[in-house]
Amino acid sequence: MANTPEDNRYAKSHEYVHVEGDVGTIGITDYAQKELGDVVFVELPQVGSQLDATDELGSIESVKAVSELFAPVTGEVIEVNEALADKPELVNTDPYGDGWMVRVRLSSPDEADELLMTAEEYEEYVEKESAK
Amino acid sequence: MTGIIEQPPVTSGAEVKQGSNREGLLFEHSRTGRRGYQLPALDVPEQELETLIPGALRREEVAGEVEVSEVDVIRHFTRLSKLNVSIDAGLYPLGSCTMKHNPRINEEIARTPGFALSHPLQADHQVQGNLELLWWLEQTLKEIFGLPRVTLQPVAGAHGELTGILMVHKALAGSGNPRKYILIPDSAHGTNPASAAFAGYEVRELKSSSRGTVDLSALEQAVTEDVAALMVTVPNTLGVFESEIRKMADILHAKGAYLYCDGANLNSFVGVARPGDMGIDVIHSNLHKTFSTPHGGGGPGAGPVGVSEALVPYLPSPTVERREDGTFYLEHDHPRSIGRMRAFNGNFGVLVRALTYMRSMGPTGLRRIAQLAVLNANYIRARLKGAYHLPYGSPTLHEVVFSDKHQTARDVHTLDIAKRLMDYGFHPPTIYFPLIVSGALMIEPTESEPKEELDAFCEAMLAIAREAEERPELVRSAPHTTPVRRLDEARAARNPVLRWKK
Amino acid sequence: MNLPDPIDDSNTHRYIPNASQDIAEMLRVVGVESIERLFDSIPDEVKLDRLLDIPGPWSEIESRRWFRALAAKNRSAADHLSFLGAGAYAHDQPACIDQLLLRAEFLTSYTPYQPEVSQGTLQSIFEYQTHQCLLTGLDVANASLYDGSTALCEAVLLAERVGKGRKKVVIARSVHPEYTATVRTYVQNLGLEVVEVGWTADGRIDPSALRPAIDGAFAVAIQSPNFLGVIEDYDAVNRIATEAGATKIAVITEATSLGIVSPPGAHGFDIAVGEGQAWGIPTQFGGPYVGFMVVKDALKRHMPGRLAGETVDVDGRRAYVLTLATREQHIRRGKATSNICTNQALIALAANMYLSLLGKEGLREVAVQCLQKAAYLRGKLQQTGSVILPFSGPVYNELVVRTPFPAAEILADLEHEKILGGVPLGRWFPEQPNDFLVAVTELHTREHLDLFVSTLSAAISRERR
Repeated sequence: MANTPEDNRYAKSHEYVHVEGDVGTIGITDYAQKELGDVVFVELPQVGSQLDATDELGSIESVKAVSELFAPVTGEVIEVNEALADKPELVNTDPYGDGWMVRVRLSSPDEADELLMTAEEYEEYVEKESAK
Repeated sequence: MTGIIEQPPVTSGAEVKQGSNREGLLFEHSRTGRRGYQLPALDVPEQELETLIPGALRREEVAGEVEVSEVDVIRHFTRLSKLNVSIDAGLYPLGSCTMKHNPRINEEIARTPGFALSHPLQADHQVQGNLELLWWLEQTLKEIFGLPRVTLQPVAGAHGELTGILMVHKALAGSGNPRKYILIPDSAHGTNPASAAFAGYEVRELKSSSRGTVDLSALEQAVTEDVAALMVTVPNTLGVFESEIRKMADILHAKGAYLYCDGANLNSFVGVARPGDMGIDVIHSNLHKTFSTPHGGGGPGAGPVGVSEALVPYLPSPTVERREDGTFYLEHDHPRSIGRMRAFNGNFGVLVRALTYMRSMGPTGLRRIAQLAVLNANYIRARLKGAYHLPYGSPTLHEVVFSDKHQTARDVHTLDIAKRLMDYGFHPPTIYFPLIVSGALMIEPTESEPKEELDAFCEAMLAIAREAEERPELVRSAPHTTPVRRLDEARAARNPVLRWKK
Repeated sequence: MNLPDPIDDSNTHRYIPNASQDIAEMLRVVGVESIERLFDSIPDEVKLDRLLDIPGPWSEIESRRWFRALAAKNRSAADHLSFLGAGAYAHDQPACIDQLLLRAEFLTSYTPYQPEVSQGTLQSIFEYQTHQCLLTGLDVANASLYDGSTALCEAVLLAERVGKGRKKVVIARSVHPEYTATVRTYVQNLGLEVVEVGWTADGRIDPSALRPAIDGAFAVAIQSPNFLGVIEDYDAVNRIATEAGATKIAVITEATSLGIVSPPGAHGFDIAVGEGQAWGIPTQFGGPYVGFMVVKDALKRHMPGRLAGETVDVDGRRAYVLTLATREQHIRRGKATSNICTNQALIALAANMYLSLLGKEGLREVAVQCLQKAAYLRGKLQQTGSVILPFSGPVYNELVVRTPFPAAEILADLEHEKILGGVPLGRWFPEQPNDFLVAVTELHTREHLDLFVSTLSAAISRERR
């Protein structure tokens, strides 16, 4: 069973955002990394780029699949996880910790609560999706 | 060494040898002072290198290159070859790839010095034999396709696709609007959308019907004034013939759009039916599939493209033409041509092999190819359909697609079945394709397989189905008898090592 | 309708094993009464009600007779002394290469998608990639592309992807004209502009024309030795292109030149592409050849085509596998870096064997002999006083020769003496009707070169009369 921490918000495209003050930390969920399998490459945006919620944020690759990443919230990229360049497997081993991808300065700190699912809602959503 | 070493009963001549002596890289065999090649002594006065090429533009040596003898090289490549399986050693049932017998007369003919030593930029009068050969190949393909002209320039299937869609674009642009979209069924080869994109189009995917074919009403809706063409594989990647192909063509033609056929599966209907008679406007044929030129570990191939009358002005330049007096020439004057698809005259050596094959087969042989390829595939289908799940029940021609649905309950998946087949001495089928079948196993035996080889393959597949029930771990950890076992593909992609370094 | 019955053994074929007994047994298992019934899904209205109207079936005896007669209609290096080059060069191919290529395990295997049973192919690709890196001085090589011209197309498309939205590419006019023509075909619907830049009196790209042309371009492509045979000054082009922020593409059509000419990777170039035919592959009227591409490490994820990489198996044994596959069409479909699937694997293997046999010493010796023989020929031609060598830049093994008479006439005279004397340039450069390209390789002897010069001189004298 996938791990879904309570203190994050979740997008239908399986990204999470963890909000602290006006900074949001973005990555993909434990469920998503399990579905993808061994992550081999993560393509991330440049620091300073401006993202609107649902904009393409980058892409993530396993050995035989590519998935696009979407920004769950609006904001400016202030940091990307450089460690993923050498160790993309961190996304598999610690998706909510060392496997984070991007930090953004949130345009509106309330946006995550308004747009995105709670942990409980996301778990329900995933259950429905995988039953399809 | 870990894992279960379980030697299965030998059921075929195509056994995979255990590679106990792995051959190192040639670079690791290098020894100072060895040589593998000798030239005659230089017979012209030697000039100072510096006067010929100034130092800044010159290199002293190719640092790091090998120093090995001819013996080292021959042993090395002979040993490497033993790590491969091949069609000459047995059934190689890759769906969509048409791994058939490669007759050696084709190799001999292609090596005839008059062909092999001719140069691509010779004047037409010097290469009448080559031009006549190309002319005959075009005549033969025209008759096979039922279409008025064929270009021999494209050198692979995907290259042919790009050629065909560029022609469609130019023809439509010529009538005012090149349009925006190419429709492609969700069961298509990946090259189709990639070729469409490089030809300047956006791709719209068509969902397959429950029969696995194109849904006519969905097609009717999808074909708008913005659609340039439908790219469809006939029969499709499930091996199912589009029985309504004529109606599909009518729907497209009524809106001024074209019907493109990916001819990868021509082997199933060559000599039985003709694309031109189906309303198809453009088709490429992979000569390395239907017409037996060897796959060579991934190439070379050739992908001639046949077109209907409306597209003839847009064919790549030059074309091969015959004069009244029976001589031949390259015609470069095609003002509406899309241009040339590569330098020179296509993969001529491959074209020689293909025409040799067509002559060997003749009209009766070509028809028999389709008949026996389809019988062989249906025989496998009949023998395996209880043990493996058949996701689409529609009648199939030259290939059959099963899934791993019966085996997944025991946590045995398509990949495991494929790997276990290697232990039985067979190359696996195409797996996880087409994408519309979860856990697809796509089997194409071709007409080259004798019944006893098909039986051996079916026995192996049935044995694996039993193993999946009784000893799933054995299947999950396969292969056990190959030169290497399952590879860490994630490691290869995470930290790519793409060349040898000291 | 009079179609042959597949179960009638008078219709069997030597390439198709199953005959009446097999067919009858198989039909019983399938549960249909005839093979024809298996084609019921093809509607009658599209079925052919006759046999194809084509010759055959032929025995090997008949095939040999007909095809050999065709080959005999050609005049080629098989029976003429040839100086033809211009992108396809007659070099020696060591005897063991063709013998090894005919091994079934190489000839009749497929793309190595299943690495456990394809290590031979995979390891040889890995070695081939290593040779390409060493030769070009760049970091990452792919498994092969169709040929030199399409390799240039792929390089242009790659450069555009990393070109920050720029839409112009500069190609030297001295790049093989058929390569540039192919690029124009490839990019015709992609909104890209192709700008050509001419040459100066030394036969090299004109820097004063390059500077304005490269402004706003995502890439520049030059060929060295170029189509006129002249070795370009990589450093000069690198300086201009670097300043303009353009990706630098080097095209190589005479691959043996890499044995003596300094490689593009040593001069700041980002991409080397070219034609590997010169590595002992027969000229065979234009193909199959083998395109190569080698790039700087930073560009590897943008590369087209297959890449073999090193890894280990579950037992920790070193092994090779196709990798970074997410770039490719079978995964990324419409967004792939290229549509290429089938490549030129067997020809790349032949090139790999050639490079292995020649090795460090052989690569240099072949290059030095080509260079020295061309220099000898150049000197002899200059001595005649009746031909002009229009370009002063350094050459490797090919040069432009100009006489006072149309090239076609002079070459026809040479052909009378069983010499294929060169490739006329007028087809591509109409303003140079009297020029033709002459290529020399290690296969030419001093006697061949002397004969060429004396025959050419005689032809010119004859034309003068």
